[in-house]
Amino acid sequence: MKLDAKTPSGPLTTKWSRYKEECKLVNPANKRKFSVIVVGTGLAGASAAASLGELGYKVTCFCYQDTARRAHSIAAQGGINAAKNYPNDGDSVQRLFNDTIKGGDYRAREANVYRLAEVSNAIIDQSVAQGVPFAREYGGLLANRSFGGAQVSRTFYARGQTGQQLLLGAYQALSRQVAKGQVKIYSRTEMLDLVLVDGVAKGIVVRDMVTGKISSYSADAVVLATGGYGNTFYLSTNARGCNAMAIWRSYKRGAGFANPCYTQIHPTCIPVSGDHQSKLTLMSESLRNDGRVWVPKTKGDKRPPSQIPESERDYYLETRYPSFGNLAPRDVTSRAAKLVCDEGRGVGASGLGVYLDFAESIGRLGKKAIEERYGNLFEMYERITGEDAYESPMRIFPAIHYTMGGLWVDYNLMSTIPGLFVLGEANFSDHGANRLGASALMQGLADGYFVLPYTIANYFGSSKKFVPSTDAPEFKQTEQAASEHLKRLLSIQGSRTPTSFHRELGKLLWENCGMARSDQSLKTAIKKIAVIREEFWKNLKVTGSPGELNQTLELANRVSDYMELGELICRDALERRESCGGHFRVEYQTEDHEAKRDDDNFSHVAVWEYQGAGKEPVRNIEPLQYEVVTMSQRSYK
Amino acid sequence: MSKEMNLTLKVWKQKDQNSPGRMKTYQAKKVSPDMSFLEMLDVVNEELIHQGQDPIAFDSDCREGICGTCSMVINGTPHGPMKGTTACELHMRHFKDGDVIAIEPWRAKPFPVLRDLITNRSALDRIIQAGGYISVSTGNPADANALPVAKKDADLAMDAAACIGCGACVAVCKNASAMLFVSAKVSHLGLLPQGKPERDRRVWKMVSQMDKEGFGNCTNTYACEAVCPKKVSALFIARMNRDYALSVAKGQPDAS
Repeated sequence: MKLDAKTPSGPLTTKWSRYKEECKLVNPANKRKFSVIVVGTGLAGASAAASLGELGYKVTCFCYQDTARRAHSIAAQGGINAAKNYPNDGDSVQRLFNDTIKGGDYRAREANVYRLAEVSNAIIDQSVAQGVPFAREYGGLLANRSFGGAQVSRTFYARGQTGQQLLLGAYQALSRQVAKGQVKIYSRTEMLDLVLVDGVAKGIVVRDMVTGKISSYSADAVVLATGGYGNTFYLSTNARGCNAMAIWRSYKRGAGFANPCYTQIHPTCIPVSGDHQSKLTLMSESLRNDGRVWVPKTKGDKRPPSQIPESERDYYLETRYPSFGNLAPRDVTSRAAKLVCDEGRGVGASGLGVYLDFAESIGRLGKKAIEERYGNLFEMYERITGEDAYESPMRIFPAIHYTMGGLWVDYNLMSTIPGLFVLGEANFSDHGANRLGASALMQGLADGYFVLPYTIANYFGSSKKFVPSTDAPEFKQTEQAASEHLKRLLSIQGSRTPTSFHRELGKLLWENCGMARSDQSLKTAIKKIAVIREEFWKNLKVTGSPGELNQTLELANRVSDYMELGELICRDALERRESCGGHFRVEYQTEDHEAKRDDDNFSHVAVWEYQGAGKEPVRNIEPLQYEVVTMSQRSYK
Repeated sequence: MSKEMNLTLKVWKQKDQNSPGRMKTYQAKKVSPDMSFLEMLDVVNEELIHQGQDPIAFDSDCREGICGTCSMVINGTPHGPMKGTTACELHMRHFKDGDVIAIEPWRAKPFPVLRDLITNRSALDRIIQAGGYISVSTGNPADANALPVAKKDADLAMDAAACIGCGACVAVCKNASAMLFVSAKVSHLGLLPQGKPERDRRVWKMVSQMDKEGFGNCTNTYACEAVCPKKVSALFIARMNRDYALSVAKGQPDAS
């Protein structure tokens, strides 16, 4: 597998402007001759499809949801970063770049991250022009707040619904293109496979989730913006429908899968309440601006929080990380919570929880101010737990939230398959081994609004135009294979539901490849996944038929991917014999339990190459070269 | 922690858009009060699959009350009995042992049933496509702070923009009116200076599309506001009516 990042030459700060000046263009009359398939309508997909439609390309867009507006970007609460420096607190493109590289524990590609920081300001301008109702000060200008891993206030927000408002902005831009006939959207339609013609991505096979009909679409290029693979772990903050089918099946068609073990565990989620649990709910990181995290100092202290005096509370983030305090980055905060719970100082019935306490802030600012900032989050917490967080502290615990790994892409956001572009969480590019808060929205929109429109033109301008008919044998064979896969799932007629397998796999991954990983736990997991997978294919039970709306079949199809992807996550974690960001190997830690990187041996991207069913995948590497940044032990103390 | 419950569910079952439907009875056993309503249905479905029976098809996605996918009428009320709460956020602690719970899909002509509790709400997309946006292409807009927006306008716009497009307002309305949904978007964009240039045209086009889709009129019962999981105010409907009247008074806006 050839891994050429195609990073433009020249100084870091001018790479992107030089690229834009030198890249090939497609003239307006020719743009309408080019067609693009966009899969996924979250921030990355919707912004890409809308922007390409505006430019004149013929865009066909697909989503599994009943409408494009529901993609899971909508659930992002806290905000979006940009280097505007409106608060005059010393922010700049360079600083946002530095924070993001450091936050990612020096495992991201410098040029991509710099570009991200560079376009961040334009995203805010674009969103405001679209009518995104960001929070404002009385003077009418935009308000900012701070987020984890930064010492400046660079986060823009719309109450606790920033993702919703940004997504609706992109969805509305997309709707405008639909009305103009530039974009056609197929909702309730799931991508089952990628179609290559002569090694180039030329189309996809999809299933209409209402009728069950399987069909193909062809185009000049395929763009995947299908999100992450966090649902492999069963319990995560992802939506129920989020899945890895598009990226996983593209991997099996030859796209390199980069850093699958980089999974982010978000420190502030509502703890699990029982076996019935179907998903976990995030409480925005922004809460850590005013909430203080603590546990009792004494092991097994089961007194209600109000009866534990100040002197017997351990505000462990404030003591361990005095300069960042409660706003330490996510990976660091999650591990700290695990440490205190492992010591038996966790709170709640299960002992798997820590307090997030607003008493001090309420005392200082008044209940009204807290309500104004986080009212909807407090309400959400009460609906789920039945507890009032104004009266007693919230209980929170880490949960799988985001996946930094994904399909490998070059500077153009193109995967190892020519013509296959990958945007947003689905790619691996910008967050290294740990993503900072409020950076996912930034990346999704940067890719869709400001990067792909240039890089796709460069691709079209430098390759031969050709759109195959969907009657071509490559399409028919892929349709046939997809259809047979579904029939196989239905034909087993064993005794276990897809959910029961999914839950078993997820639990295994969480325990062995979650917040703490070891050589032994990973080897165990790899062995056990093989066993679960074998049983899956012998004992699965799916009701109904393929030719109808069949949610059990949809899930079984997705779980069949997780059975393989789960193993790759563990394999990657096993081979990465260091700790970095969200990947924490217990063998590699400093004396005070911080992640210990091994820059000599692991300062690279691991890119996995599929070798066929039952064969071990090959691990390729893209070395990471830092021209500007000096690597250091990441410290938030 | 309170005790487990046993419940009787009466659920709308319908194979597809063209088949007739009917209510079917199911037993939900050992329901924990900590479960969400949809998790309770998940557990029932697991059991149905085990028995080789057809599970209850229902829509859900984010399960945290923001995507607007879940859509079911619980005991006659869209999203169920808790105010400002979507069905996915409703928890079983609000029910008691022995309860009989009726579960139906959204009932409105513009929302045909696709299967069981799942309906087709694409009519709402077409209303947005008719004009629910600000016509600005990706490019180099002015600096975000170049145009100040009074905090009260931005806040009110955000109140309207909080709509999740679930369609509960339509489902509860005796006229199947989509006025709350449409007025929320008209108000969100109309309140902001960026949305002012297209204000007349936008309201006219969106209302025309709403009528075309077969949604009914508003007769001021405020049922929509009462069931809206995001508590979007029916006062936005009054604002939209005023905008609409003004747009008509100024002459039919350019329909292009």
